Amino acid sequence: MSAELDNLYQEIILDHYKNPHHKGLRDPFEAQVHHVNPTCGDEVTLRVHLSDGVVEDVSYDSVGCSISQASASVLTDLVIGKPVDEAMTIHQTFLELMQGKGQVEPDEDVLEDGIAFAGVAKFPARVKCALLSWMAWKDATTQAQATDEGETA
Amino acid sequence: MEGLLPDLDVIRKDFPILERTLAGGQPLVYLDSANTSQKPQVVIDTMVDHLERHNANIARAMHQLGAESTEAYEGARDKVATFLNARSRNEVIFTKNATEALNLLARTIDLGPGDNVVITEMEHHSNIVSWQLACERSGAELRWFGLTDGGELDLSNADQLVDEHTKVVAFTWVSNMLGTINPVVDLVARARAFGALSVIDASQAAPQLPVDVQAVDCDFLVFTGHKVCGPTGIGVLWGREELLNELPPFHGGGEMIETVTMARSTYAKAPHRFEAGTPPIVEAVGLGAAVDYLGHIGLDAIHRHEQTITAYALDGLQSVPGVTVLGPLDATQRGGAISFELDGVHPHDIAQVLDSRGVAVRAGHHCAKPAHARFGVQSTTRMSSYLYTTPAEIDALIEALHHTRSYFKVG
Repeated sequence: MSAELDNLYQEIILDHYKNPHHKGLRDPFEAQVHHVNPTCGDEVTLRVHLSDGVVEDVSYDSVGCSISQASASVLTDLVIGKPVDEAMTIHQTFLELMQGKGQVEPDEDVLEDGIAFAGVAKFPARVKCALLSWMAWKDATTQAQATDEGETA
Repeated sequence: MEGLLPDLDVIRKDFPILERTLAGGQPLVYLDSANTSQKPQVVIDTMVDHLERHNANIARAMHQLGAESTEAYEGARDKVATFLNARSRNEVIFTKNATEALNLLARTIDLGPGDNVVITEMEHHSNIVSWQLACERSGAELRWFGLTDGGELDLSNADQLVDEHTKVVAFTWVSNMLGTINPVVDLVARARAFGALSVIDASQAAPQLPVDVQAVDCDFLVFTGHKVCGPTGIGVLWGREELLNELPPFHGGGEMIETVTMARSTYAKAPHRFEAGTPPIVEAVGLGAAVDYLGHIGLDAIHRHEQTITAYALDGLQSVPGVTVLGPLDATQRGGAISFELDGVHPHDIAQVLDSRGVAVRAGHHCAKPAHARFGVQSTTRMSSYLYTTPAEIDALIEALHHTRSYFKVG
């Protein structure tokens, strides 16, 4: 059981938890969302700044457990600076890993530090923690794209 | 240890689940009874026996099984009436749970603009949201008692809150988050002085204190079956008979009518007035067995056991560096649910590490977000004991909390 626990709380996760990357809300941004996990009360406020189809910045303010906090940190590492399409692909890959019940082999080339969350997929109660900021990012990005297109048109 | 139930070993044997082990052969240390209690063999057997031998619909089947099933269901109503010391069995209405019972009241009590409803900041969401909805629908005003830093109700502005326009004062007897035991007799008297109805949420009280509706003298009281060793899917609304019969029906359907024509219907009196459709029969029968079981052990003895375990747990928790307990610290002034924080570790992570050692607790806001917000915390870890909890289980919790601190390298 302790081995499973260590599998859940990989050192990478604990490192991101203690020293989260890109944390704090920043300007400019085209969309801001607030997502909560109603069962536990974890919350994230997340902003997305897009420019020319590229994710220029993702900033966030959040409260929650080590899994949800580390996941937000890893998310920002992975998507900032990437074209939106590529970032959406990374999102999809992470989602599949989380929903894979521990049966999906993580792709380190795509997910980098995100592979540390493979162990989370075996704890159904914690999958939502890992996905909180990822779902917020997708929501904000979709809104930002709509704004972007609205302005272009 | 003075105050524990004398036959604790025997009582534990009544609960088959306590024998099981978890992953890795860990024994189960179940400290989540405020969430749901475990079930004694007698409840399980009674329900199985009903399904195996007596199953039929009630009050409408003209055959022997129908008569047996009806007798079992109505017998459960008698047992609950005894459990609450109700004046009449007609005052006991079976609902799905305490939440449905509160919603029934919030839906049927007549409110309008100019009226107000008074609740408290320590309510479970079910006793907040149901009244928010009622006030939004009716134009009534929602007011609430705040909390002191010590986790008690702040009654300093009670004279302003409850006034001649107050229609309902609804409050919990025992807080599911802070453990606080509220002065229910005083609150009922205050409501009555202004002609308001009193509604008590006894979901956390009924498992661990003697509940006597005549002594408390309230107008309505609700509790849920699964926290008093009964099954899920069954709850109770108790109300004064004359008040129940003045309320309009809640759900329309079979069994709640006197007569039906295509144009209009007339309604049965309580309790059937509020039990439309086929009820959760076997669940009611199981609840009857559960309150019988608790009555046999004695609620006074169970209360003493809870206070003893709670005092022991409060001492143990205070020995862990970085632990802060929310709510009263005097075990005689509180129930058996203890919410706490541990510096540097989020409640989810605490619960996860405890679970890896077989210790089951709850982490989160416990459906009491406003009470958490009052104390500036987003979530807490909650341990809750019951009549089967042993001091050794509290020791296991405390040991696991020390382990959690070292696992997350705090301190």
